[in-house]
Amino acid sequence: MPKEKISLETIKHVAKLSRLELTEEELKKFQKDLDDILLAFKELDKARPKCQASFQPLPIKDVTREDKEEKCLSREEALANTKHKERGFFKGPRAV
Amino acid sequence: MNYNITVKEFLEEAKAGNIDYSDFSFRLFKEAEKLNKKYSLLQCIAKGKAKKGPELFGLPVSVKDNICTKGLQSSAGSSILDGYLPPFDATSVKRIKEACGMIIGKTNQDEFGFGTFSVNSAYGVPKNPLDPARSCGGSSGGAAGLTQALDMPHVALAESTGGSISCPAAFCSVIGLTPTYGLVSRYGLIDFANSLDKIGPIGRYVYDTALLLSVIAGNDPRDSTSLQVAKKDYTKCMSNDVKGMKIGVPKEYFKSVDSKIEKTVWAAIKKLEANGAKYEKVLLPNTKYALSAYYIIATAEASTNLARYCGMRYGLHLKLEGNFDEYFSRVRSKGFGDEAKRRVILGTFARMSGYRDAYYLKAMRVRTLIINDFRKAFKRFDVLAAPTMPILPPKLSAIAKLSPIEQYQMDVLTVPANLAGMPMISMPAEEKKPIGLHLIGNHLNEDKILRAASAYEVMR
Repeated sequence: MPKEKISLETIKHVAKLSRLELTEEELKKFQKDLDDILLAFKELDKARPKCQASFQPLPIKDVTREDKEEKCLSREEALANTKHKERGFFKGPRAV
Repeated sequence: MNYNITVKEFLEEAKAGNIDYSDFSFRLFKEAEKLNKKYSLLQCIAKGKAKKGPELFGLPVSVKDNICTKGLQSSAGSSILDGYLPPFDATSVKRIKEACGMIIGKTNQDEFGFGTFSVNSAYGVPKNPLDPARSCGGSSGGAAGLTQALDMPHVALAESTGGSISCPAAFCSVIGLTPTYGLVSRYGLIDFANSLDKIGPIGRYVYDTALLLSVIAGNDPRDSTSLQVAKKDYTKCMSNDVKGMKIGVPKEYFKSVDSKIEKTVWAAIKKLEANGAKYEKVLLPNTKYALSAYYIIATAEASTNLARYCGMRYGLHLKLEGNFDEYFSRVRSKGFGDEAKRRVILGTFARMSGYRDAYYLKAMRVRTLIINDFRKAFKRFDVLAAPTMPILPPKLSAIAKLSPIEQYQMDVLTVPANLAGMPMISMPAEEKKPIGLHLIGNHLNEDKILRAASAYEVMR
């Protein structure tokens, strides 16, 4: 595990990737929290797993269904929870 | 009629045609409203109508706020999902409705399941009915609190990622059954961590949890991780006999445990022994890595799951201003609570280029070691027995003083079995005491933990 402390710049970068706008106060608080948490997780450094990773707790096979048309949500149902819609479509913020 | 009866008695009365459903519903909702004012256990109450058919005959079932319920706000304890009315039912809810269960409301929880004490909810903090100054546990705090407080037939549909069924069941002195990963469909669950989430029941008696599991378990083509397992009546696994059962007691699970809990759980194990079970101590040497591995995996998965909340399709909406980056960031910063932000940051960090191998992939490998520890133990034992939580329910005022890592460390006993996808039951080691006896079984060995739990319920 990386040994250096988490810098404020790293937290700012992570927040940007996470699409979170954080105040200076929040950034400092999460920097400290992350440092404390990662310090406690140093225990993992001692583990030497020479095995495969378990992405699921039980072995799972790929499951596919027959390629057949099925009932799905209607347009009205899909749009029922949004305030931002226009002519039967979701309306999003501008791209640039 | 007196409705202070058990679920089993309710079903018998209903089958005999002795339930006046309008009177029953009226009294049930009156009681639920009264309890909710006192303890903040439900995000909303839904005055449904009871259907009288089999298997549940109008039995009241509460649903955790993170399980989609058609037409009822399903907000996973988060402001970012405020006002979200799902246009569909989760498979587990659909099965309960098809079995004539009556959905009575959505139970309060930590935001997205992020917490051990249910203090991270946008809809108030549920209070423990055994002592309102103390926590219900989390994250299914409302589900366990309501089960303890409501002295009428009721079962709660809850969910666990790293201990969110067992912990509140222990703190509220009720029964929590976490099924094997994949036994119950996750379709319609508002995901926290896909490789860890499990929907399961909380009830007053072991029978109640076995009954609800029988209704909700079984393969679902809508969930690709759902196991190909035939439907089964889990109430038939109940027994009052533990003769010849082999119980393993993990040594690591008694380190740093409150002395009162240690004493009470050992007394429970000795009682099982006195009734014919055999116990032996067992080593699960990789337990020490479980907490770190769990939090890395869980937050990494959570940070991707929470990427979908951006104020466009449901939940919190703001005025469409700025470009997509600015708008999404603004909505997310306003809608997520502190703990959700913290976990998104931790999870994003653990998946970031340069850190991914050191944190995320290593944690996934360590998870294999933990699964292997359990598999080895279950070659010798039918069930493992341990305390559910290392502490008694803390006062809400004391929780506010704990740092995030101090709070995470309270999950030390529940995360290993959750990480390995093993089934488990937490039940009161002593009646009305907030001390959980945790019975853990091998994958798909729900029958064995139900047998041990139902027998202990009788001998307790």
